[in-house]
Amino acid sequence: MRIANQHTTVSVERATLRLAGLAGADHERVPWVNHLVDAVREGAGLEHGVTLPVWDALRRGAAPDLLTLAQMASSRSVDFRVPEGKDATAAARQSRTAVARGIRTIDAQRATRDRLIKRHGDPKQRPWVYLIVATGDIYHDIPQAQEAAREGADVIAVIRSTGQSLLDYVPEGATREGYAGTYATQENFRLMRAALDETSKEVGRYIRLTNYASGLCMPEIAALAGLERLDMMLNDSMYGILFRDINPIRTFVDQRFSRQVHARAGIIINTGEDNYLTTSDAVEAAHTVTVSQLLNEYFAKEAGLEDWQLGLGHAFEINPDLPDSFRMELAHALLARTLFPDAPLKWMPPTKHMTGDVFRGNLLDGFFNLAGALTGQSILLVGMMTEAVVTPWISDRDIALQNVRYVLGAAGGLTEDFHPPRDGFIQTRARQVLSEAIDLLQEINDEPGKAPLLEAIADGTFGEMKRPATAGKGLDGVVVRAAGYDNPAITLLENGQTR
Amino acid sequence: MSRATSQPTSPDDVTALPRVIRPYGDQTGDGMVQVSFTLPMPNGKRAEGAALQLAGKMGIEPAIVVHHKSIGDGFTFFVVYGSVKHLVEPGLVEVVEREFPLLSGKEINAAIKRRLHRKLVVVGACIGTDAHTVGIDAILNIKGFAGEKGLEYYREIRVVNLGAQVLVPDLVERAREEKADAVLVSQVVTQRDAHIHNTQAMSAAFREAFPAGEVPLLVVGGPRFEEGSQDALGVDRIFGRGTTPGEVASYLVHALVPRHDQAQA
Repeated sequence: MRIANQHTTVSVERATLRLAGLAGADHERVPWVNHLVDAVREGAGLEHGVTLPVWDALRRGAAPDLLTLAQMASSRSVDFRVPEGKDATAAARQSRTAVARGIRTIDAQRATRDRLIKRHGDPKQRPWVYLIVATGDIYHDIPQAQEAAREGADVIAVIRSTGQSLLDYVPEGATREGYAGTYATQENFRLMRAALDETSKEVGRYIRLTNYASGLCMPEIAALAGLERLDMMLNDSMYGILFRDINPIRTFVDQRFSRQVHARAGIIINTGEDNYLTTSDAVEAAHTVTVSQLLNEYFAKEAGLEDWQLGLGHAFEINPDLPDSFRMELAHALLARTLFPDAPLKWMPPTKHMTGDVFRGNLLDGFFNLAGALTGQSILLVGMMTEAVVTPWISDRDIALQNVRYVLGAAGGLTEDFHPPRDGFIQTRARQVLSEAIDLLQEINDEPGKAPLLEAIADGTFGEMKRPATAGKGLDGVVVRAAGYDNPAITLLENGQTR
Repeated sequence: MSRATSQPTSPDDVTALPRVIRPYGDQTGDGMVQVSFTLPMPNGKRAEGAALQLAGKMGIEPAIVVHHKSIGDGFTFFVVYGSVKHLVEPGLVEVVEREFPLLSGKEINAAIKRRLHRKLVVVGACIGTDAHTVGIDAILNIKGFAGEKGLEYYREIRVVNLGAQVLVPDLVERAREEKADAVLVSQVVTQRDAHIHNTQAMSAAFREAFPAGEVPLLVVGGPRFEEGSQDALGVDRIFGRGTTPGEVASYLVHALVPRHDQAQA
């Protein structure tokens, strides 16, 4: 955590400007927040944060408003400096006033969500049914999402275009072209939320919307999610490091800010433990899931998130050819449920062992649904029998939802009858995984050096990937804070203030 | 590692095949098939008729619509069973035979050591926007796939796995630095033919950056590449769904390790 408080990143600073109301992009779709942060970095450095030099320039009359300043800065026609003394105090005060407006918008959106949930209601059953749409075109995503909600989905996730996690800017506007997903933009967020508000009214329950606060722009996307009332965000403490090779320090700094925003916005985070099991063996590596859940919980609480906001992840990824594979799945799922009784756990479907045999895939998804029902999972990501074949067809989604409805309808209440005996296979296996998890935590703690977790990540403890702290994408966007660093967003978020 | 012996490598004896066959339901020659599809029209008598019309045009006649269900506004899902009138002539099927023998792990290491006299260097990556490392990891990581260890496990192969979303120029640069014998690229995302465009861009970049004859062996893998399209893609070999690390390693030995002194070895 020291690491997060000693550094800032270009994306944290851009997110701060977005909260102050700076939006839009130039004719080449480069966002104004990028122009302004880059110009300040060149002219005055980011060690004191972006807001002091920016509001100092506004006070000196360099431009009449923030947008004009950013436009002028893009052609490098503004001189920035780090103000001192009274100038610094005044710049800090004015930037705080501007950023506080964004924070109050987030507060208002949270209140709106609470009001809509009261009006339309939560889903009647647990787990909530979570479904992905991914056409690449927001105007196709919208009717698909609305249809899915009518068919029983409670949570809609718009999966992102695969390139986005490594873009060091947030694209602008409504987008119609993406690969295996749709770009996360403020306008796309707004369009989809508005459409689902309509559908919520129609189906008589509040339909939640999910996107991804991950990759190089995690803090900005978190801010946009808060401003546009998204309800859940994928936000894992280590995913970007391990699976996108993003620099560990960049990730920890960005992640802390984004989680503070999520905490404030009443957003439920979803963590990505399922991913370890796609690269490691789901039986051998079961304990790394538990360890990651505990780490995610720690970082989340540290950033101010409450138990009800922790959608810790886990997945049904054991090789179905192994004897007792389903019993082991139940053991792992029950372990997570028991360790985190108040967290809305997210239960993820099989992917690794799905094949072109769609009939077998449908059966496997049925068992996945059953495990979710038996062990009382909170959010169930709907598995597709065509997982390994195509991006889901309309009929695939229908068949998958039918599978979920059948299992939850037939066996949804079974969780109250399901108490495996203490000396039986399931409890014994759960205890074994837990003790391996404790051993691994001990091992991480015993690593020599200053930052044991960073070193564990560096030497390949998670997902069998080695990620040293001195390498990875986005490292050049990390800046060591100076003594006089000021960020009004962080101050407002940490103190719970509104002005 | 015992796959080499368990898999017959001799081509089928074409003369021993029946001249024609039909799909098999529960009796020889009944021609029974099952298909499912969605039509963009509301459920009802007309939709059912439309499904039968499609089945007829596909050669399924007589056909029975055994299931029709409204899925969303203006779409109907069908399951159709019926007898297909087309005949299949197995003798006319063209099969691309594996052009290399499958070797065991021991044989692979021994061949490289004795005949190449140094480690074989493999650089692997997912390129473009593709973030799905499942394929490249299955082939490269020690963990492997389908019970076979990945290339990292082979003592005589040095593996450099660059992971996901690697830019083509970076891949070329790394291949040069590492003096790669082979470059393995995995492409899973196929929306808008991304896998084809990415692969072509990659092979063009390599041919531009290296003098002719010194280009590393370019190997691409993914579930949706068309068999036999390696020339169009500008690569040396394509591997499809279900490929195991042992097959890739055997191919690398076949393509990269000189064979003339085999008898000596």
